[in-house]
Amino acid sequence: MAIKVYGSMLSTATLRVLLCLAEKNIDFELINVDLASGEHKKPHILARNPFGQIPAFEDGDIKLFESRAISQYISRTYAGKGTDLINTDPNKAAVESVWMEVESLKFDPVTTKLAWELCMKRFLFGQNGDEDVVKAEEKRLESVLDVYEARLSENKYLGGDSFSLADLHHAPMIKFMMETRVKELFDARPYVSAWVADILSRPACVKVFGVPAY
Amino acid sequence: MVVKVYGPIKAACPQRVLACLLELGVDFELIGVDLDSNEHKQPGFLQKQPFGQVPVVEDEDFRLFESRAIIRYYATKYGDKNRKLYGTTLEEKALVDQWLEVEAHHFNDMVYTIVLQKLVIPKMGGKTDHDLVQNCEKKLEQVFDIYEQRLSKSSHLAGDWFTLADLSHLPGIRYLVNECELSHMVRDRKNVNLWWNDISNRPAWKKVMQLFHELS
Repeated sequence: MAIKVYGSMLSTATLRVLLCLAEKNIDFELINVDLASGEHKKPHILARNPFGQIPAFEDGDIKLFESRAISQYISRTYAGKGTDLINTDPNKAAVESVWMEVESLKFDPVTTKLAWELCMKRFLFGQNGDEDVVKAEEKRLESVLDVYEARLSENKYLGGDSFSLADLHHAPMIKFMMETRVKELFDARPYVSAWVADILSRPACVKVFGVPAY
Repeated sequence: MVVKVYGPIKAACPQRVLACLLELGVDFELIGVDLDSNEHKQPGFLQKQPFGQVPVVEDEDFRLFESRAIIRYYATKYGDKNRKLYGTTLEEKALVDQWLEVEAHHFNDMVYTIVLQKLVIPKMGGKTDHDLVQNCEKKLEQVFDIYEQRLSKSSHLAGDWFTLADLSHLPGIRYLVNECELSHMVRDRKNVNLWWNDISNRPAWKKVMQLFHELS
């Protein structure tokens, strides 16, 4: 198969790429990378991603890493197939790009810390999360979600009228957060809550997230 | 009507945008924003940028924020002025995006924290967290090791020509080799050193530095 994704269903970054492929009805092969045994730091993965992270991606001769670069490549290369995820109007595409940056630099760092404290520490080491850190990060997330609430009160999706990568990039981490106490912060904001329900009910999301993560 | 760029010349993210506009020969007007007096957190500015950060760009009726979205937009819009800046093929574009992501996530996080701890916090009367700085410096050395390896295979990050991926590093590395006193991270690595000398001597970046010195 031409398209190969090296990653794990436990990784939100891997899921970001799989969602993109699902939206566009593109077949691919998922080659599992076993995080628990440190496979992502072994030479054969480092050769694909020098930072020792997943996912890594292959489309024939093209080899990429960084999930958000991969999703943009897929969206451009397979434009017209399945859902269009980047607007064809350059100005509208630029606005989508703004909110992709927001997800990448504001939403993801905060939610990653929350995921670590609320889930990963227990899952990996049997440790409890640090309540002070959780409270501080929840406060930061609330500031971000307040901006999203205002944005979504004027636009159906973050990038504008249509579903785009700006929304898709959020989906894996949002799905994760919905299974923690952080769900309350999303539920407390009507426009954000409606947007979350909308994106998680998309057939591609149901298909990708329906697979058990083991 | 010229493009309006809101932000102080001394801040990294406005510099990123100015470097790109200068590379493309796009005229702009720089409108200062006084971070020291919290101008960026006032309602008037929050209307332009809801997170209260710089830069913001206004191009007639069109407004954008997030410096890396802004540079991608202009490199696409004026692609005929510099075809290689954001790649001419889908593959080239993907590689530029890949190394832009690397800059934003692996490189920028470390530089931002070092600048915040070593320069900004003491200026505001706070105490530097030296352990955190040391930790970031160690991680940054590892990032530069990866860059050294990458740059042994191509002269620039996304290929054998200057692209947005290289441009995006200019403000951060400038901080490292100057105020942060970490120039050894660049100088001690043969390929990184050659690359830095190349990209920092481009006329567009030299013009940004000229503005920096004139307006500071």
